[in-house]
Amino acid sequence: MTVLAGTGRLVRLAIRLDRVRLAVWIVAMATLTFAVASAFQELYPTIDSRRLFADTLGRTPALVALTGRGFNLLSIGGLTSWRIGGFGATLVGLLGIFTVVRHTRAEEEAGRLELVGSAMVGRYAPLVAALAVAFGATLAIGIAIGVALSVLGEPAAGSLALGLAFTSAGWSFAALAAVAAQLTHSARAAGGLAGTALGVSFLLRAAGDSAGSGGMAILSWLSPIGWSQQVRPFANERWEVFLLPAGLVTVCVALSAALVSRRDLGEGLIPARPGPADAAGGLDTPAKLAWRIHRGHFAAWLGAFVVLGSVFGLLAEGISGMLDDSPELAEIFERMGGVQEDILRAYFAAVMGVVALLAAAYAIQAALRLRSEELAGRLDPVLASPVSRRRWLLGHVGIVLGGAACLLFAAGFLTGLVHGLQSGGPGAALRDLAPAALLQFPAVAVMAGLTVALFGLWPRASAASWAVLAGVAVITHLGGLLQFPMWVLNLSPFEHVPVFFLDGFALVPTLLLIGAASALTGIGLLGFVRRDVG
Amino acid sequence: MAAAIEVSGLQKNFGLTRALDGLDLAVERGEVHGFLGPNGSGKSTTLRILLGLLRADGGEARLLGQDPWADAVSLHGRLAYVPGDVTLWPALSGGEVIDLLGRLRGSLDIRRRDSLIRRFDLDPTKRSRTYSKGNRQKVALIAALSSSVELLLLDEPTSGLDPLMEAEFRSCIQEERSAGRTVLLSSHILSEVEALCQKVTIIRDGKTVESGAISELRHLTRTIVIAEVDHPPHDLNSISGVYDVSVDGPRVECRAESESLNALLQRLSECGVRSLTTRPPTLEEMFLRHYELDPSHPAPGC
Repeated sequence: MTVLAGTGRLVRLAIRLDRVRLAVWIVAMATLTFAVASAFQELYPTIDSRRLFADTLGRTPALVALTGRGFNLLSIGGLTSWRIGGFGATLVGLLGIFTVVRHTRAEEEAGRLELVGSAMVGRYAPLVAALAVAFGATLAIGIAIGVALSVLGEPAAGSLALGLAFTSAGWSFAALAAVAAQLTHSARAAGGLAGTALGVSFLLRAAGDSAGSGGMAILSWLSPIGWSQQVRPFANERWEVFLLPAGLVTVCVALSAALVSRRDLGEGLIPARPGPADAAGGLDTPAKLAWRIHRGHFAAWLGAFVVLGSVFGLLAEGISGMLDDSPELAEIFERMGGVQEDILRAYFAAVMGVVALLAAAYAIQAALRLRSEELAGRLDPVLASPVSRRRWLLGHVGIVLGGAACLLFAAGFLTGLVHGLQSGGPGAALRDLAPAALLQFPAVAVMAGLTVALFGLWPRASAASWAVLAGVAVITHLGGLLQFPMWVLNLSPFEHVPVFFLDGFALVPTLLLIGAASALTGIGLLGFVRRDVG
Repeated sequence: MAAAIEVSGLQKNFGLTRALDGLDLAVERGEVHGFLGPNGSGKSTTLRILLGLLRADGGEARLLGQDPWADAVSLHGRLAYVPGDVTLWPALSGGEVIDLLGRLRGSLDIRRRDSLIRRFDLDPTKRSRTYSKGNRQKVALIAALSSSVELLLLDEPTSGLDPLMEAEFRSCIQEERSAGRTVLLSSHILSEVEALCQKVTIIRDGKTVESGAISELRHLTRTIVIAEVDHPPHDLNSISGVYDVSVDGPRVECRAESESLNALLQRLSECGVRSLTTRPPTLEEMFLRHYELDPSHPAPGC
């Protein structure tokens, strides 16, 4: 088949380029699953201890919204699937998106696909190769998880089903990303489009699962993340559910292939519109240029945070009825990063933790623009004009931090507003939740500062801040369950954030976090003004 | 007034690779100076040091009397730069990029910009991601040329331009020259350097191998002599300073150093000269002479 000529070579090239990245993902996902399952074995060794856990959980729509419904929580496998099923499927979905976009639209945008395409390479080969690598890597994750859980003594069928459930999410989002990569001009936009599909899937599942058996429960069945959980590993696995992702993958692959053969290289399906012939008065400082570079990206994140805040606010209603004391449930929340107090507040504390991690993801992604501007060579003409390095860097940092603060405020404000409107008066909820979200800002700023510090001192490792965020996410979400020692927990800046509606405005930790963020940013700035550019 | 560019013994290492190894470069004010060297010889590295983007590991560099690293910001108000590989912000239009760079520099002459856009036949409303290499190059050139700065640093500015645009570029540089601006022109296109520059510096492996006015460099090199004679001589090789003799029937061709021209012409005239052509070596020949040879066997006479 000439349209596929060269696919094998391109697969090998992609594996060569991604070998470290993919190996880290496979090992990390398998280790995480293994650690969670063995923690459950230790914490709830008997059926009776697990029964208590299962009883409280089934009655808690808000918890179900965050993690997904649990099936057969009397087994270790069932508990593990419940605890990391949604989280893991989301992560593996992200891997699928990254891998496909990286080897299709990003290569095309960089002009390398033109060089490759001029060789004996078939029309579909780059797309098929990217999909093959994404499918292979996520399949490897699934098998590694299956093996890891079997080693722990869990039933082989369930272990494999959980692993393959993750794989199915990876395949679904890889295939969706393949379509997105045909529609847009830039890799960033393609990743954003596919990432939006991932976010919508997460919210559909959250809404569907928390609806219990009501009519809205159907929403979970519209989500690839929902499908991965409906396989019900360790609870009489429903293998036939895998037909749904298989169908989606088939349709998306066919669609993306059809789009590839209809469009020109380098073009998307949405044609570029002409721009202004001269710059409006606004575009005259490095900070304004930075805003121009960041604004589209920021607007997309802001939209996501508005939706997220509203949905979290809506879900809070379900939990209000559960205000009767339930220590077991509170303990579960505590292990998820919340705090032990009344259940609604614990829920909000957990929500703020999620919002803060997502805001940190925005901050890191935006701060990495520093590096991408440098690598693309667009920094040179700016620095060759009378703009100091300090001014250029601080212009970007200002937008990153201002943007992160806006996102936090938007999520906190909307959670409070929506919840308040439902529970009869937004005043109190707003007074509590908007400041609670903003109190996460210093910790988010630490993550941004870390990225800036790496950019200044060790630019080639700038993207390592993503690995740090992954570590911090594990500490926040699983640190309690995995019984990390205190000093490990303390490594995460988010562990030091006071919970506003419990602790009030605790000045000392906030000031310490602000100090750490400023120090990291300052170190990055000092490194950057002293090093070579390029 | 200090010279435009004074560089001596410049060194720069990237890890174990030595990019610049004692490079010298001197450019006077008001001069259009050619900067020649093969790929990877250190031209762009030198320019990036002059812009304060890289920090030199050794040697001296002065730009308009200031330190390119420490005084980068104030210097950059007095110069404009066209990079060798122009990348632009994909979502901005060409016109926006030109205005932005001009405003950042603090000197944007709108009339000059508009006339340059016409001369280079650029559509300023297109988004940068849709520009070809040549059009991106035009954007950077227009942005640099529409400023009123003292010094232009141009890194292979015509790569990707079509011959018409290249001619337009040459006339722009001629105008800059008569306006008294200083230009450092790094280039591969020797005819362009020959047409525009009074002086050139040729570098190889991070070192300066030759520098001076093109006319002087020619003087130092061999003249090509082609003659048709009645009785072809067979002893031209014996004249010291005469090389590459070839005799084809009545046609005699050789290269001679300036000091040997007199002896050569005397010998030829004894053979009955019917026609005689002499021409100085082109810059290209001078350039090739420096690069074709193994560094351990320097060309005789250089």
